[in-house]
Amino acid sequence: MDPRDKVLDKYSSKVYKNRKEHVITIKDGEPNVITADTRTVPGIMTNRGCCYAGAKGVVIGPLKDVLTITHGPIGCGFYSWGTRRNKAKGDESTKSFLEYCLSTDMQETDIVFGGEKKLRQALKEAVEIFDPECIAIASTCPVGLIGDDIHAIASEAEKEYGITVMAFSCEGYKGVSQSGGHHIANNGLMKKVIGTGDASPVKYSVNLLGEYNIGGDGWEVERLLKRIGYNVISIMTGDGSYATLKNAHTADLNLVQCHRSINYIAEMMKTKYGTDWMKVNFIGIDTTKKSLRDLAKYFNDPELIKRTEEVIAEEEASIAQGIAACQEKLKGKKAAIYVGGSRSHHYINLLNSLGVDTVLAGYEFAHRDDYEGREVIPTIKQDADSKNIESITVAKDESYYKERLTEEELMALRADGIPMEEYNGMWEDIMDGAVITDDYNHFETEQFIKELGIDIFFSGIKDKYVITRMGVPSRQLHSYDYSGPYAGFKGALNFANDVTMATHIPAWNMLTAPWKKTPTLNGSLGGNE
Amino acid sequence: MLNYTSKEVAERSALRINPAKTCQPVGAMYAALGVYGCMPHSHGSQGCCSYHRTFLTRHFKDPAIAASSSFTEGASVFGGGSNLKTAMRNIFDIYDPKIIAVHTTCLSETIGDDLNAYITDYESKIPEGKYVVHTNTPSYVGSHITGYSNMIAGFIKYLSENTGKKNGKMALIPGFVNPGDMREMKRIAKLMGVDYTMLPDTSGVMDAPMTTHYEMYPKGGTTVEEIQDLGNCEMSLALGEIACDMPADVLEKKCKVPYETLALPIGVEYTDKYIMALNEFSKTEVPYALEEERGQLMDIMLDSNQYSNGKTCAIYGDPDTVLGITQLACEIGMVPKYVITGTPGSLFEKRANAILEKFGIEGSTVKANSDLFEMHQWIKNDPVDVMIGGSYGKAIARAEDIPLVRAGFPILDRYVHSYMPIVGYKGAMRLVELILTAIMDRMDRDCADEDFEVVM
Repeated sequence: MDPRDKVLDKYSSKVYKNRKEHVITIKDGEPNVITADTRTVPGIMTNRGCCYAGAKGVVIGPLKDVLTITHGPIGCGFYSWGTRRNKAKGDESTKSFLEYCLSTDMQETDIVFGGEKKLRQALKEAVEIFDPECIAIASTCPVGLIGDDIHAIASEAEKEYGITVMAFSCEGYKGVSQSGGHHIANNGLMKKVIGTGDASPVKYSVNLLGEYNIGGDGWEVERLLKRIGYNVISIMTGDGSYATLKNAHTADLNLVQCHRSINYIAEMMKTKYGTDWMKVNFIGIDTTKKSLRDLAKYFNDPELIKRTEEVIAEEEASIAQGIAACQEKLKGKKAAIYVGGSRSHHYINLLNSLGVDTVLAGYEFAHRDDYEGREVIPTIKQDADSKNIESITVAKDESYYKERLTEEELMALRADGIPMEEYNGMWEDIMDGAVITDDYNHFETEQFIKELGIDIFFSGIKDKYVITRMGVPSRQLHSYDYSGPYAGFKGALNFANDVTMATHIPAWNMLTAPWKKTPTLNGSLGGNE
Repeated sequence: MLNYTSKEVAERSALRINPAKTCQPVGAMYAALGVYGCMPHSHGSQGCCSYHRTFLTRHFKDPAIAASSSFTEGASVFGGGSNLKTAMRNIFDIYDPKIIAVHTTCLSETIGDDLNAYITDYESKIPEGKYVVHTNTPSYVGSHITGYSNMIAGFIKYLSENTGKKNGKMALIPGFVNPGDMREMKRIAKLMGVDYTMLPDTSGVMDAPMTTHYEMYPKGGTTVEEIQDLGNCEMSLALGEIACDMPADVLEKKCKVPYETLALPIGVEYTDKYIMALNEFSKTEVPYALEEERGQLMDIMLDSNQYSNGKTCAIYGDPDTVLGITQLACEIGMVPKYVITGTPGSLFEKRANAILEKFGIEGSTVKANSDLFEMHQWIKNDPVDVMIGGSYGKAIARAEDIPLVRAGFPILDRYVHSYMPIVGYKGAMRLVELILTAIMDRMDRDCADEDFEVVM
């Protein structure tokens, strides 16, 4: 029996009916259609989080000079306090508030009589203490239910304090996962921040979208881009800031790393400002090289192209020896990757180049396009849950709109294999016969480890120790297990070293106590001597 | 680090900054993990369950299992009854627990889901020999400590029975502590010859050993049968007044099991009281093993006193733990200058002030419903020698260059702590060692070369 069928077979008929659409075995040459972005079956131990986690935790939280206030009981703000490793550095011109957790800490009386008064007062206190240029208010579940009008309060506060105040109705119950929260956050940044700055455009300028600077990834990518000669206008949103995001519209090109969480902004900026976007992947050696070369071709400046090759050669040479040593130790291993919405795809190529096959992969909250590629977007059906997520349309901004490349030039780039406004999804790199599970859960994790003989499992903290307990090395790809960066060339080596370390911990060889290895006790029964 | 925390203490009535508490459901989840074969279930959005599992896993570095009702907007409008029903069916079917312990969230509480009715409706479908219990844990009331108490009470309300036949046991209800602490409390009870049932008991669950095969329900935890039999206990001992008094009271009201409430046994006096209570119950002599431990602790406290004496400290965290640590700090001659908890409730302040008064310490600030931002502002005005509490204090410790002793919840940035007790004489020895090492390492770092001592 196929491993997929064997695992799914253990479900009750009702659960089976749901899960069979989410779990597939890749067959080369087939369309490999998958169901994604639908409700999790209640009671199934999913790894998914909620809309608030997607909006506040993922997209808004990393903006260092934005003072984010969670409007709700204390938990949500507390859990998203310093726990995602979106590194940031403040300086004299840009404050960093990331060491602070701010909440209205709603009490029973606020739930009964409404929390608006408390939120207004909290805003007043926040302005007095922190003097921010921008505040974000993030709603939690009860706020939507009791009907606090956070948007009206935000507008009032803007007038009163003369600062920008964004409000996000990202109550946890909205949508089916973090994904809805990403969209809501993207909309807010588009409405309130991007395009409000007055900086003058500069040459060879890019924004880096969907890069959250986990373990310093964004800094590593920025270092490479600057070495070549690009100007990085803003990073969305790792080590990002209100100050830089305001001028994002001045960039020539948007580089999209995490497609799932931020493609909305890329699309809206194309419509509103004419900013082209390109899918990049700075995780992996081959992929980083391709992304840098694609970028150089976009600007088509011989000097940039030359400089790109020089930087690639230098960076690659600096890690070659280290990578080769890891390849030696990792060759032939089988990996599983279960992360959020793009990362599961991003690591497949890197693992390949280390000699590791990804035989099991899945996303927590992705949509079908993240698996199958953007061409399926028109065929994705809206359902009650996706319709509940705010979707905004933007119009051409007459003062800032600028066509960068003509449609013909873009077509020519596409023909050359450069993903302009294109993303082919995970299917681009996944191997034939791999098992894919969307919205993976605890049961399937356990079962597939047994069925597929996984050597190294990349996932998050909730299942890390379950996997380890089964005797399988596990590394977190949400937090990089407090290591990193993993992006770019140097990051690839960090990753390779970490994986090698995880699979070669001395304790792996000591798990069985000596007395468990000896079948019988040596000695004799009393009285025999 | 924390550059925007100023010296001028800000008056706040609405804004919580850098909390020293979290919400009820995570406490309920932790309590439920201390029951054998139990699947904690979060009746709310997926995010709650995900955050709580993450938080517990990060503290214990061990898997924390739990399921969710996975509310969507529809469920939030029409009620979560159908989600809960589906969840219960799937949990029994896929994960096969002995018992499901449901707790609510601010979402299900705000829409007024009636868990009693939902579970009663479902009763006939609960598989033979299996159980579903629940507790209400509105996140906007109290803290994670309140949720912990509520879940323990939930188990008792649903399961404990007084059958009229006493079992000769003592019920031990530990405060919100690590499995290492629960092991130590049990070890002492055993040494004292007391037959006990501990509820909850996360030892063996949240500190389960590596075996190369994963057990969803590891060996530890209080069994359902033991919880049922709690109603036949001779008495119960609530170890931690703020977290455990309520569930002990529930057991008394329901099953007429009398109870005594003690402080969490941290430090000499509180451990003495624990042992005296056990002694009163068992009427057996205190064994030499414990006398020896106590004597060793006394020896350590006398020998090392010059390094702890007069040192000021800030203690923050969960109320019962903070009270215990405050007591111990006073016992080794320290001056607890700031004693705070994020959990609301005036009892904490009353108890903390009583400890300080007992040791003749004046001028300290004690506050419940406080936060780390406020404590930091006080420290900026008048610093301390040592901070004692969880990981979130590390930013203050770094900003103000104060040594930090990690004790309590949550500790997200160190290993092994959950295995090691801070309760009992052994736990006191460990805590004293941690505090002394922090102080003396700092002396070694800061002193002039000519003052550097090899022997201390």
